[in-house]
Amino acid sequence: MLGRTANGLFWMFRYLERAENTSRLLDAALRMALTRDLERAEEEWRSVIATLGLKQQYEANYDGYDGVSVWNFVLRDKANPANVREMFSAVRNNARTARTNLSTQAWEAVNENWMKLDKQLSRPVSQSALGEVLARLRRTGMQVHGAMDGSMLRSEGYHFARAGTFLERAESTTRILDMKYYLLLPSLSYVGSSLDSGQWDQVLRSVAGASAYSWLNAGNIDARGIVEFLVLDDRFPRSLAFCRSALRTNLDELERIHGQPSEANRLMQESESFIAHMTVDEIFEMGLHEFLTQFMTRNSAVGQAIADDYRFLA
Amino acid sequence: MAGDQPGSPEKFDEMHSAGGDIRPAYDAYCGWYEKQEPALLKRKNAEADESFRRTGITFNVYGEDEAEERLIPFDMVPRIITAAEWRKLTRGIEQRVSALNAFLYDLYHRQEIVRAGRLPERLLRNNEAWLPNMVGMTPPGGIYTHIVGIDLVRTGPDEFYVLEDNARTPSGVSYMLENRETMMNMFPDLFSQVSVEPVSNYPRRLARSLAACAPPKFDGSSGDKPTVAVLTPGIYNSAYFEHAFLADQMGAELVEGSDLRVVDGRVQMRCTRGFQPVDVLYRRVDDDYLDPLTFEPDSVLGVPGIMDVYRSGGITIANAPGTGVSDDKAIYSLMPEIVEFYTGEKPLLPNVQTWRCADKDSLGYVLDNLDELVVKEVHGSGGYGMLIGPTASRKEIKEFRAKLKADPENYIAQPTLSLSTCPIYTKAGLAPRHVDLRPYVLVSPNGIEITPGGLTRVALKKGSLVVNSSQGGGTKDTWVLKD
Repeated sequence: MLGRTANGLFWMFRYLERAENTSRLLDAALRMALTRDLERAEEEWRSVIATLGLKQQYEANYDGYDGVSVWNFVLRDKANPANVREMFSAVRNNARTARTNLSTQAWEAVNENWMKLDKQLSRPVSQSALGEVLARLRRTGMQVHGAMDGSMLRSEGYHFARAGTFLERAESTTRILDMKYYLLLPSLSYVGSSLDSGQWDQVLRSVAGASAYSWLNAGNIDARGIVEFLVLDDRFPRSLAFCRSALRTNLDELERIHGQPSEANRLMQESESFIAHMTVDEIFEMGLHEFLTQFMTRNSAVGQAIADDYRFLA
Repeated sequence: MAGDQPGSPEKFDEMHSAGGDIRPAYDAYCGWYEKQEPALLKRKNAEADESFRRTGITFNVYGEDEAEERLIPFDMVPRIITAAEWRKLTRGIEQRVSALNAFLYDLYHRQEIVRAGRLPERLLRNNEAWLPNMVGMTPPGGIYTHIVGIDLVRTGPDEFYVLEDNARTPSGVSYMLENRETMMNMFPDLFSQVSVEPVSNYPRRLARSLAACAPPKFDGSSGDKPTVAVLTPGIYNSAYFEHAFLADQMGAELVEGSDLRVVDGRVQMRCTRGFQPVDVLYRRVDDDYLDPLTFEPDSVLGVPGIMDVYRSGGITIANAPGTGVSDDKAIYSLMPEIVEFYTGEKPLLPNVQTWRCADKDSLGYVLDNLDELVVKEVHGSGGYGMLIGPTASRKEIKEFRAKLKADPENYIAQPTLSLSTCPIYTKAGLAPRHVDLRPYVLVSPNGIEITPGGLTRVALKKGSLVVNSSQGGGTKDTWVLKD
């Protein structure tokens, strides 16, 4: 397949995942904001902007962190070039680029949802409309993945698409964990202690893991348990361990299809051995932030290597 | 059937005879139509648009925001042609397409037709599509136009005229295919009652036909099939949907200029495994942009050096560069002679009478009769730069008169034909509108294949003769009935 098409599929799924994760983040914040007093609500919205790395751009345009401003900035404001409307238009443009390597169902799932989202996001989103927008973003992800799963040939294109998904998902979970942990931690002496369970609940909701976590931990929420769940539990589809192992499977397949070793896979194995034998205690010892930073660096190196190995760009 | 003036005597109505009866081609369809609930038809009509949007069958409008993707309006009443009518048409089309290829070969070789005094050399010299680089070069199999879309209009039961030959890059075949898909999804029961020739095998035929045109350097010794790719200018091109659709349906790569490079004397595409040679390139970029080393130096749409590879027999380009010569409207006016010169037969499909304004006598006639004629630019397309005399204002006619006098070589004129009409579905019931027809023809060393049907374009405005999609025309499914 063409390098450009592979690139299109890879980024189509990265942006799709990014849009879906952003929607979860907003959803979790909305929920928190609705159950808190005004001051705490403002903190929630501030942390959404911080997690997405948009602090500077946001503050250049707005004075305070009220919900309507934040979600409109994240979803559609042109002052924010990384807004969700743009992300979704990147999903569709990449899908058009890779059109010949997408099944009709997958393409139609993208196109139909893009038409509706683009219209919904062409005007400011009110509180009453927000739920529907966020739900559509999540549904789009599910529809596209479902269509892929049920109708795509398991050739290299499929693995590029999946690689994009898991690379992006790992990055998103890392960023949420890093930012939340940093923001939530009153001081370093609290490391490993239990914290406001409402806040942790929000972290879990941001990665769609609240009920899975409760089910596994019988409702006991503490920092240690959450880090173990989001970093090391390979049963949870948004944990770092799960994303790693899924990504490795795709890279293995690509290597097999191409019949020659890839630099991406080499980096991947290195990165995997880094995480595979870690315990929660070791992570805290190393420092969660340091651990996550290192993970993120390795993650982007793998992404870069995929682009090089498979000639994404001229 | 409701509607205004069926079977009016001046213009031929595809559905009704002069007396107002249903013509045989429409018997079965009308029987079905009469039994449909009006509310259901109304609903289906609304659904059709939605379905086209979902599938992404849109075209981009140049100079507008990318979000400005437009649908070509679809009308759900099919245009129906009987098997006997179609047989006649295909014989005429085959004859014309054979002559076109022989003509193009001759132009770029010995120019017998010029030597014989049947084609003024001036028409070549002034032809913008003439490519000196192609002189003496023989494309693989001697084929210049591999994919042709002949535009036909009808004025009576047995009167079809060729309006344009479109040997260069005929577009719209994806609409032919999607119109049928849409009709079958909307009215499955209709197809079980009326026997219609299928069109869905066009992409496979196209793939086979292109593969059969592989270049001499593809000797097939490795046993593999030739690699076919479709070259598109990119996702912002107005016809990108069609390019992607055809590549997908053929199982061919859809490439852009930046994906291609000349490596080891072959045109190769940058794949995830490295460079892989392309044998046959179905290009949808114009000659001028094909090779920056030969043509437009600033173009990024093409492939530097592809013309050298082409000349050395390393790739087949479909359609061949320089093919556009025959799409020129002044050349068109000579097509009857051209057909006769190369086939030795009388043309089965007549031309529309055409005055070349370059001739003094013709110019005089045209200037005297502007209010009755259609005047077109020799190199124009898409319904731009033309005058439709009968509907033009005095001011427009005056302006055109000046243009004609200033540059007569640039214009031809034709009588306003009474194009046939075919009913479209409107809220008030069926209403006649003017239509044309573009059948799609494939040429390979194995022969000429014509897909039964084609694209029917329809002028949606009442009384309008302009069917171009860029001018607000729509399309219909086109049926060729089985015997």
